[in-house]
Amino acid sequence: MDFRDTPEEAAFRAEVRAWLEANGQKRTRPDEVFGEGLDDAAKLAAAKAWQAKKAAAGYAAITWPKAAGGRGGTAMQQVIYQQEEAAYLVPGMIFEVSIGMGLPTVMTWAAPELKARFLRPGLAGEEIWCQLFSEPGAGSDTGGVRTRAVRDGDDWIINGQKVWTSGAHFCDYGILLTRSDWDKPKQEGLTMFIVDMKAPGVEVRPIHQMSGDAEFNEVFFTDVRIPDSYRLGPECGGWKVMLSTLMQERLSVGGNLPTDLHAHLIALAQQCAWDERPAIEDDRVRARIADAYLQQKGVELVIARGLTAISKGKAPGPEMAITKLVAAKAMQDIAAFAIELAGPEGLLGFEALGGDWRYMQRLWLGAPGARIAGGTDEILKNVIAERVLGLPGEIRSDRKVPFRDLESA
Amino acid sequence: MNFDFSDDQRLLQDAVRTMLAETSTSQAVREVLEGRASHAEAVWHNLIEMGAAAAAIPEQYGGAGLGYLALCLVAEEAGRHLAAVPLASSFYLAAEAIQRAGSEAQKQHWLPKIASGEVVATAALGSRERYRPAAPLAFDGQTLTGASPALVDGGIAGLAVLRVGDDLVLVELAGTGVSRNPLPSLDPTRPLAELRFDRTPAERLAGANGAAVASRVLDGAAVLLAFEQVGGATCILEATRDYSLERKAFGRQIGSFQAMKHKMAEIYTAIELARVHAYYGAWALSSDAPELPKAAAAARVAATRAYTVAAEEGIELHGGIGFTWEMDCHLHYRRARHLGQIIGSEHAWRARLADELIKEAA
Repeated sequence: MDFRDTPEEAAFRAEVRAWLEANGQKRTRPDEVFGEGLDDAAKLAAAKAWQAKKAAAGYAAITWPKAAGGRGGTAMQQVIYQQEEAAYLVPGMIFEVSIGMGLPTVMTWAAPELKARFLRPGLAGEEIWCQLFSEPGAGSDTGGVRTRAVRDGDDWIINGQKVWTSGAHFCDYGILLTRSDWDKPKQEGLTMFIVDMKAPGVEVRPIHQMSGDAEFNEVFFTDVRIPDSYRLGPECGGWKVMLSTLMQERLSVGGNLPTDLHAHLIALAQQCAWDERPAIEDDRVRARIADAYLQQKGVELVIARGLTAISKGKAPGPEMAITKLVAAKAMQDIAAFAIELAGPEGLLGFEALGGDWRYMQRLWLGAPGARIAGGTDEILKNVIAERVLGLPGEIRSDRKVPFRDLESA
Repeated sequence: MNFDFSDDQRLLQDAVRTMLAETSTSQAVREVLEGRASHAEAVWHNLIEMGAAAAAIPEQYGGAGLGYLALCLVAEEAGRHLAAVPLASSFYLAAEAIQRAGSEAQKQHWLPKIASGEVVATAALGSRERYRPAAPLAFDGQTLTGASPALVDGGIAGLAVLRVGDDLVLVELAGTGVSRNPLPSLDPTRPLAELRFDRTPAERLAGANGAAVASRVLDGAAVLLAFEQVGGATCILEATRDYSLERKAFGRQIGSFQAMKHKMAEIYTAIELARVHAYYGAWALSSDAPELPKAAAAARVAATRAYTVAAEEGIELHGGIGFTWEMDCHLHYRRARHLGQIIGSEHAWRARLADELIKEAA
C-alpha cells in the first residue's frame, strides 16, 4: 500500500509540472474559472490558443495512438496530467466533449478521409465538437430519441430538437443521434451522424439554468442536410455507436468533490456565532464538519482505488458510480449547511455578506444539476444494484415494440 | 498509486477465509450465542496455528511478523464470519498495549504466550462514555483492589491490561484475590464479565504515559475493528441480496423491486466508503503515519455507520423471516452493536475526528 507514484509516473509528473509552470496560469481562488472578465469571443480565442499550445506539447490527447496525433501514452499519464492541470486556470470543459467523445467516435467509425479531415483540427482546438444525444423526451432513457433522419438521395434530412448540449453556440461540429427507422424497436432504429453546426437549419438557443448561468443549449434542426458520408456506423447502428462513445469514459473515475470543503466549513464556522459562542465550538457543527470530511475524503479514496486499477493497466469497474452518487449529494448537503451557519443572515447573497461565502453559495446553486447530469442519483442506484450487486434489471414494456407503436412515442 | 493490499497479504486473507468458512459456521457461532461454549474453540485454535491472529506481533516475540496490513485482512474475515473468538481483546488491545508500553521483560514474558494462544488476554483502556460511576479500582504499585468494568472475554482471560488513572496495569488473572462475575451481553457471542480484585499482585506497564499509549492502542483497534465491521456488513448485504433473488412476492423476485434495489445500493455505498476509510486507516497504522488519529476516527465512524445500516436494513429487507432466531440476521444486528460500541460509540469518535480536523486547520 503506497500512495506515491512509481518512478515512471513521478518522472512524467515532473515533466508535466515543469511544462505547466512555464506555460499555464495558477488558480488563485478555488472557484476561479478560466477567462473571468473576458467577453465570450475573447474567452473562446484564449481557450483555443491554450488548446493549440497543449496539442503542440503532446498533452491534448495523451492516450490516443500516435498515428491519430496523440501521444500513445497510458491512462495513468492522462490522470497525472489532469491532476496537475487542476491547479491551473484552463478551459477544460470547452474541449472535453471534442477530445473525450466526439473525436474518438470519429476515430472509431468514420472513413479514413474524414478522420484526416477532422482529427488534427479538433485536437488543436481549431474546431470544437459537441454531443447531441439528449432530447426533451429522452433524458435518462436516451433510446427514446425522436429527432427524425430521412434519406434523400445521397443526403439525409434532419428534423427535431436536442437539449442540454454544452457549448452548442460556439461548436463547429457535433455527433448527432437520430431516429431513421420508426418501425424498429426503440434502440434498433437509431443512426448517428456528424453534423455541421453552422449548416442552414441549425438553431441554437441557450438554456437559462436555475443557477443563473447558461452553460447548455437547446438545438433545433429544421430540414438540415447531412451527406451520407457523414454517417457514423451503419444505418440503424446508432445505439452501438453511442455506447462506444460513452465507453470512452470508462477510464474516467467518476464524480469528484473538491478536497477542501471541510476546511471551508471550518473557516466559515469560525466566523459565525451559535448561542453567543463561536459556532466552531458547537458540537452540532463539529459533527457536521466530521461528516463532511467522511464524504469528501471517502470519494477521494474511492477514486484512489480506481487509480490503482488504472495504474495496474486495468479499467475501474462499475463500482466507481458511487463516487458521483456520493459527491453530488455531499456537495449539496455541505453547501446547505455552510449557508445555515450564518442563520437568517445566511440568506443574503455573497455580494452583501462579504467574506468567503461565494464558493459555498455557488456550490449550493450548482448541486441540483450535479445530481442529475451524467446519470441521476436514481439511475446510478440502479447501475450499482444491477451491475455491481447483480440484482434484476427493471421490467420494461418497450423492448420488442416498434417505436411508432409506443405510447411515449 | 497503489492503494491496495499485496498479493501475499491477499493469499493470507484467502486462507483465513477458507478456514473460517469451514469452522466459523452458523452452528459454531450459535454454540457461543446459546451459552454452550465460551468461544469458538476450533476457530481460535486455527487462527493461532496459522499465525493469523499474531500477524502483527514481531517474530522475536513469538508472532508471525507479517505486520498490521495482514492483521487488517484477518480482521475483515473474522468479521465476515462472525468469529466468536477473543481476537480483539487479546490481539488488538492487550498485546498492542504490552507491545507499546511493556518493558523488554514484560514483552518477552507475555507476548509469546498470547501469540501461541497459551494465554487469552483482555483489556480496558478507558471510556469517554458511561452510565454508572466507575467502580473504584486502586493500584498501589504492587497490588490491585476493586472491580473492573465489564470486559470482553473476561470469563476466559488469563491476563488483563487495565487503565487505572494514567497507569496501565498488567494483572495475571490466575493470581490470588481474583473473582469473575459473568454478565449478560446484548451480543452473547462476545461474552462479558466483570473482574473483582482483592490485593491481587499486579505490575505497571513500563511505558511512561499510560493515557497516550491507551489512545494510540485504541486508534489501532479502531482501524482493526473497522475491518471486522466492513467484513460483517459485506456478509449481511450479500446474504440479503441472495435472499432477495430467491424470495418471490407479487409474482416477482423481491430483489427486482426498485425500493429493494435502491436500499441495497445505498448499503453498498455506505460499505464502500467505510472500506476505503478502513484501508486508509490501515495505511496510517502500518506506516505509523501522523494521520493515524484522523484516519482511525474516520474509519471507526464510517464502519460503525455501515455495519449498523447493513444489519438493521438486512433484517428489514428479509421481512418476517429475518426476525426469527433461526436466521443469522440477528447475529449481525447484535455484532454490529457490539463492535460499534466496545471502544466507544460513533459519537465519541466523530467528536474526536472533528477535534483532529479543526486542529489541523488551525
